[in-house]
Amino acid sequence: MKKLFLLSLMMMMPMFAQAAATGVQLDSIQVDASDKASLQRGMKTYVNYCLGCHTSEYQRYIRAAEDLHMPPELVVEHLIFSGQKVGEQMTNAMDPKLAANWFGAAPPDLTNEVNLRGADWVYTYLRTFYADDSRPYGVNNVVFPSVGMPNVLSELQGVQSKTCGQVTEYDAHGAAVIDSLTGKPMTVESCEILSIAQGSGSMNPAEFDATIYDLTNFMAYMSKPYKTDSQRIGMWAILFTLLMTVVFYFLKKEFWRDVK
Amino acid sequence: MAVGNPNRAKAESGIIRWIDDRFPLTQMWQDHMSKYYASKNFNVWYVFGVLSLLVLVNQILTGVWLTMSYVPTAEGAFASVEYIMRDVEMGWIIRYMHSSGASAFFVVVYLHMFRGLMYGSYQKPRELIWLFGMAIYLALMAEGFFGYLLPWGQMSYWGAQVILSLAGAIPVVGEDLVQWIRGDFLISGITLNRFFSLHVIALPIVILALVVLHILALHDVGSNNPDGIEIDQNKDENGVPVDGVAFWPYHVVKDLVAVGVFLTVFCLVIFFFPEGGGYFIEKPNYEPANSLKTPEHIAPVWYFTPYYSMLRAITFPLFGLDAKFLGVVTMGGAIAILFVMPWLDRSPVKSMRYKGWLSRAWLAIFVVSFIILGYLGTLATTEGRTQVAQLCTVLYFLYFILMPFYTRIEVTKPVPTRVV
Repeated sequence: MKKLFLLSLMMMMPMFAQAAATGVQLDSIQVDASDKASLQRGMKTYVNYCLGCHTSEYQRYIRAAEDLHMPPELVVEHLIFSGQKVGEQMTNAMDPKLAANWFGAAPPDLTNEVNLRGADWVYTYLRTFYADDSRPYGVNNVVFPSVGMPNVLSELQGVQSKTCGQVTEYDAHGAAVIDSLTGKPMTVESCEILSIAQGSGSMNPAEFDATIYDLTNFMAYMSKPYKTDSQRIGMWAILFTLLMTVVFYFLKKEFWRDVK
Repeated sequence: MAVGNPNRAKAESGIIRWIDDRFPLTQMWQDHMSKYYASKNFNVWYVFGVLSLLVLVNQILTGVWLTMSYVPTAEGAFASVEYIMRDVEMGWIIRYMHSSGASAFFVVVYLHMFRGLMYGSYQKPRELIWLFGMAIYLALMAEGFFGYLLPWGQMSYWGAQVILSLAGAIPVVGEDLVQWIRGDFLISGITLNRFFSLHVIALPIVILALVVLHILALHDVGSNNPDGIEIDQNKDENGVPVDGVAFWPYHVVKDLVAVGVFLTVFCLVIFFFPEGGGYFIEKPNYEPANSLKTPEHIAPVWYFTPYYSMLRAITFPLFGLDAKFLGVVTMGGAIAILFVMPWLDRSPVKSMRYKGWLSRAWLAIFVVSFIILGYLGTLATTEGRTQVAQLCTVLYFLYFILMPFYTRIEVTKPVPTRVV
């Protein structure tokens, strides 16, 4: 019966597997809520480039100041441009109705964006805008086709566009296809290669990727500001319940000694 | 001076005696704890009843605290949940305890029900325990359904939309019925208000009352055991079943070990995997409900997915009834047929240990079908998946429909007189 119990538990495991996402291959990152410097840089980018149009209506400045180890007065001085108080939520003055007119849809609130789409999606999305004259703002996006948002980060990244060239061929499982004669990966012609016009942005690609990593990291923090608390308290809670289980186990053994 | 019922058990003296003269405190303690004897050979399958009770208490306590900060309006609901998660002190723990608790509830209840199926705990004289239990299961599904609308996220909204529209498949009165339940032409703040009321008042009262009935019935006829033997038929000179041990303290300390293990796993979930990989809290639910934007793929929470699969498996009209209505009937039938379990099993023995290979095979087929249906219910449909779901739906029903036959014709093993 114990075997049956374990078996039934194992059969439930697929239920916990992560559901697969869209067709586009996302660039994977590991967010790190303990890297306060990265989160601070991310917040700086966020308030400078995102908060003008988007809101974080459930995130308070003061909470970010505390969690990211920043003195509140510095936050007021350098990170609040709206004249709001430090205890208020990170919102803006944009009228959603007008915004919907300008962009086709009102810019969504971003507090839960990483919860909603995942950090990998945000990280990839922000780096895959490309020039497309058919779109109203001249850019399109690989992971969010026909998006209404202009590439607000192009002054940092530069002008990215799709070009043609040879790329490694991948099979349906994502593994590189190897040429059996040469032993080298096969290549195919692709016109989906993203390339940045040299010198068109203020950052080189590595710097830009790092900036977007920090920004995504901050957005991941904002989606679950209690995450570090959760992990810290969680360790103690589990240690406690384990200890409790051990005590209960010996208690049971002691009591059941007289049961034949 | 003797007061109260002289026949009931009473303490010698003191404050307990004072109460005993006015209320059957000692009597109740003995009936349900210190002199309630249950078989000493309970295995791991017997812990899920107690764990269900533990989760019920968890849901009620965390629910009380969540209600303190939750705003049941279409304008305020989503923001109030975010407020609980971010601004209320320790609010995120309370909310995760409640949301993961809902899933935990169904995990332990499904395992508890499986135990019943495996050891014939529904058989005579425990038919009423089974019926009360099934009623709890039904009430629990309603409770889960109403509760899932409350965060007012996209999946809350559209999940409720899909399930409510099922009632619309009922011929003639369907559409009017749906409108009556919603209280509006679409799911709105009015629907949210009444779901909130049902979730925090009506159903908890029903569930608590049914749990009391479930336990009273159990303590009247006594617990079954893995051997399916009535331990009451073999008592010593003091009237104590020789194979039984008192619930207090023996079974209590045994259950505490299970409680410890359960809480460890539960803490692991609430502190490290509170979204259960998207199965406990679905990703689209991080977006506020929007009646103009349908999510790409609507899946109910995992504990409803086996039935959801059955609903989708019926893709053809029959006898002039449309496929959707037949799907609803199939879904309802799948739950209803569980109620008559005690009268389908004609086996002379209770436990799977002494039943024949047919019973074992059918139980295995049933469990596998149920799990496959549950898994398919989380995915979008394809032709192949629908065919698998159809096959599993047929197997699910055959387990019950064929039961009167295979339990009668199969060769059973002799049941020992004492527990093993």
